[in-house]
Amino acid sequence: MTTGASGAPAAPGRARFRRPPLSVWTERLIETVVIASGVSAVVFVAVILFFVVREAAPVFVSEHFSLREFLFSIEWYPTSLVKVRYGVAAMIVGTLAVTTLAMALAVPFGIGAAIYLSEFCGPRLRETLKIVIELLAAIPSVVWGFLGLTVVNRLLILLFGASVGLNVLNAGLLLALMSVPIVVSIGEDALKAVPDAHREAALAMGATRWQVVYRVLLPAARHGLLAAALLGVGRAVGETMAVLMATGHAVQIPGGLLDPVRTLTANIAAEMGEVSQGSEHYQVLFAIGVLLFAITFLVNLTADLVVRGVRGK
Amino acid sequence: MFEATPQALRRRRQERIATSVLAAMTFATVVPLFAILGYLLVKAWPSLSISFLIEPPRDLQTHGGIWPALVGTIYLVTVSLAAAAPVGVLAAVWLNEYARDNWFTRTVNLAVINLAGVPSIVHALFGLGAFVLAAGLGQSVLAASLTLAVMTLPVIIASTREALAAVPWAFREACWNVGATRWQTIRAVVLPNAISGVLTGVILQVSRAAGESAPILFTGAVMYKAVEKGDLLPYGLNESVMALATHLYNLVTQINGAPESLQFATATVLVGVVLLVNSTAIVLRVVLRTRRKW
Repeated sequence: MTTGASGAPAAPGRARFRRPPLSVWTERLIETVVIASGVSAVVFVAVILFFVVREAAPVFVSEHFSLREFLFSIEWYPTSLVKVRYGVAAMIVGTLAVTTLAMALAVPFGIGAAIYLSEFCGPRLRETLKIVIELLAAIPSVVWGFLGLTVVNRLLILLFGASVGLNVLNAGLLLALMSVPIVVSIGEDALKAVPDAHREAALAMGATRWQVVYRVLLPAARHGLLAAALLGVGRAVGETMAVLMATGHAVQIPGGLLDPVRTLTANIAAEMGEVSQGSEHYQVLFAIGVLLFAITFLVNLTADLVVRGVRGK
Repeated sequence: MFEATPQALRRRRQERIATSVLAAMTFATVVPLFAILGYLLVKAWPSLSISFLIEPPRDLQTHGGIWPALVGTIYLVTVSLAAAAPVGVLAAVWLNEYARDNWFTRTVNLAVINLAGVPSIVHALFGLGAFVLAAGLGQSVLAASLTLAVMTLPVIIASTREALAAVPWAFREACWNVGATRWQTIRAVVLPNAISGVLTGVILQVSRAAGESAPILFTGAVMYKAVEKGDLLPYGLNESVMALATHLYNLVTQINGAPESLQFATATVLVGVVLLVNSTAIVLRVVLRTRRKW
C-alpha cells in the first residue's frame, strides 16, 4: 500500500531507497485529510439527524404531545390557546396524495422515455434528448412553484372549472415534471446494465425490438427500474418550495384531485418563519423534520438495497 | 415466396405502435422545458433590461431591479463552493483511490446517497439548529452558505468519483512503478486526467446552490437589504443577504402590487443563470470527452 518510511530490507546489490522524512510526513498528513473528507459524508448525515432531533427533543416529553396523536390525528392547531393539537396525519396524507399522483405520471413516462433513449433512438438524438432532460432537472424548485401559482393554476381553473387552481393536481403535475428526469436517467442506466448478449440472443431468435424490450430487458432490469421509481419518490416526498406554492395550503384530507392540501415539507417552510424559537410549536416543526428524515432515509435505503441485490447476484 | 404471416404482421404493427408511443412519451417529458422557457421569456420581456439587473428594488420592491439578490446569490454560491469543493473532491478521492470494498466503505456510500436524498427543508432545519443557533453564526451569509455546502456535497462527490474511476488503472501502476507515492500519483496523474469530471461536479454544485431557496430561508436570506446600484461588495460574511431564489418567492407570495412582468423577469433571470451554468458543464464535458487521449 503505502511506500513505508522504515522500509523493507534493501534488495541485494542495490542502494537502499529511503524517502526523506519530510515527504513521508506530508504523505501521511495528506492521507489523513483525505480519509477525514471521505468520512465527512457519514459525519454530516449523523450531525443532521443529531441537530434536528436535538431541537425537537423537548416536545417529546411535553404533556401536549403524544406520538400517537402526532402520527394519526388530523387536528393541527399549533397556536390554539385552549386546545393545542399537534396532529400531522392530514399532512402525511397530503404528501402521499401529491407523491402518488406525481409517480403515477412520472414513472410510466420516465421509464418509457428511458426505454426509447436506450433502445430505440440513434446516438445523436439520444445525446440531445439527455441534455434537454438534464436541463429540465436543473430548473429550481421555486421556479416550478411560481409556474404552478401562475400558469398551472390558471390552466386548471380554465380546464376543470376548479374554484382555486392550487390543489393536489397542480402540485402532482409539477412534481411529476420535477422527478421525471431522475427516473429517466436511473432507468436508462438500469437498461444499459443489461448485457448486450441478452439483446443479441433475442434478436437472433427473430424477436422484434419491442419484444426484446418487454420479454427480455424489462424483466432483466426490473430491480434497477424499481430503484429509479423509488428515487423519484424520494425526490417528490422531499420537495418543498414547489408544493409550498402550489398545493393551496389547507390542512385537510383531500377528497379529490381538485382539493387543496398541505404537505409535511410545506408546513415546515410556511410556519418556521412565524414561530418563536424554542416554543413548543417550533419543536414540533423540528419533529416533522425528523419524520421526513426517517421517510426519505428508508426510501433511499430501500432503493440502495434493491440495486445492490441485483449486483449481488 | 415469403408471404407475411398474420403473426408477423401483428408483430410489425406492435413494433410500430410501441416505437411511436415511446417516442411520444419521451417528447412529452422534453417539450415542457421549451414551453416553460418560451413562456417565461415572453411574459418577462417588458421588464427585462440591463438596468433591471443592476438596479436595487424600489417602492417596497414593486419596481426597480434585482441587484441585491443577484449579488447575494453570487456570495452564497462562492462561499458554499469554497467550503464544499475541497471536501467533496477529497472525499471522492478517498472513495475511489483509497477505500477498499468493506462494510465501512459501503456505509460511506450509503451516507452519500442519503445526504443527496435528505429533503432540502430538513437541511434548512439542520442549518438553523447547527450553524445559526449552536455555532452562533446568526442568520448570515456564512450560515446559509455552509448549509448549502453540506447539501450540495454529494453533487461534487458523484461527478468527481465517476471521473476518477474513468482514469485507466495502468496510469496509476506506471506512476507507482517509478517510485511515486499514492498522493504523488493522485496529484500528478489521476487528478489531471480526471479534471473535466471534477470541474463538471463543481459547476453543477454552483447551479444547484444558486437555485435553492428552502435551505437559505431561515439561515440567512432576508426579504430586503438596502444596496447601492452596482455595488459589488455590499455584504459582510456575518450579515444576512437577499438571494435570487428567495427574492422570487417573496415577490410572488409576500409582496403585494408587484407587476407580473417583474415576477416573470426575476424567474427568467434565475432560470437563465442556472441553465447557463449547467450548459457550461455540458459543453465542457463534450469538449473534453472528444479530446480524451485514451
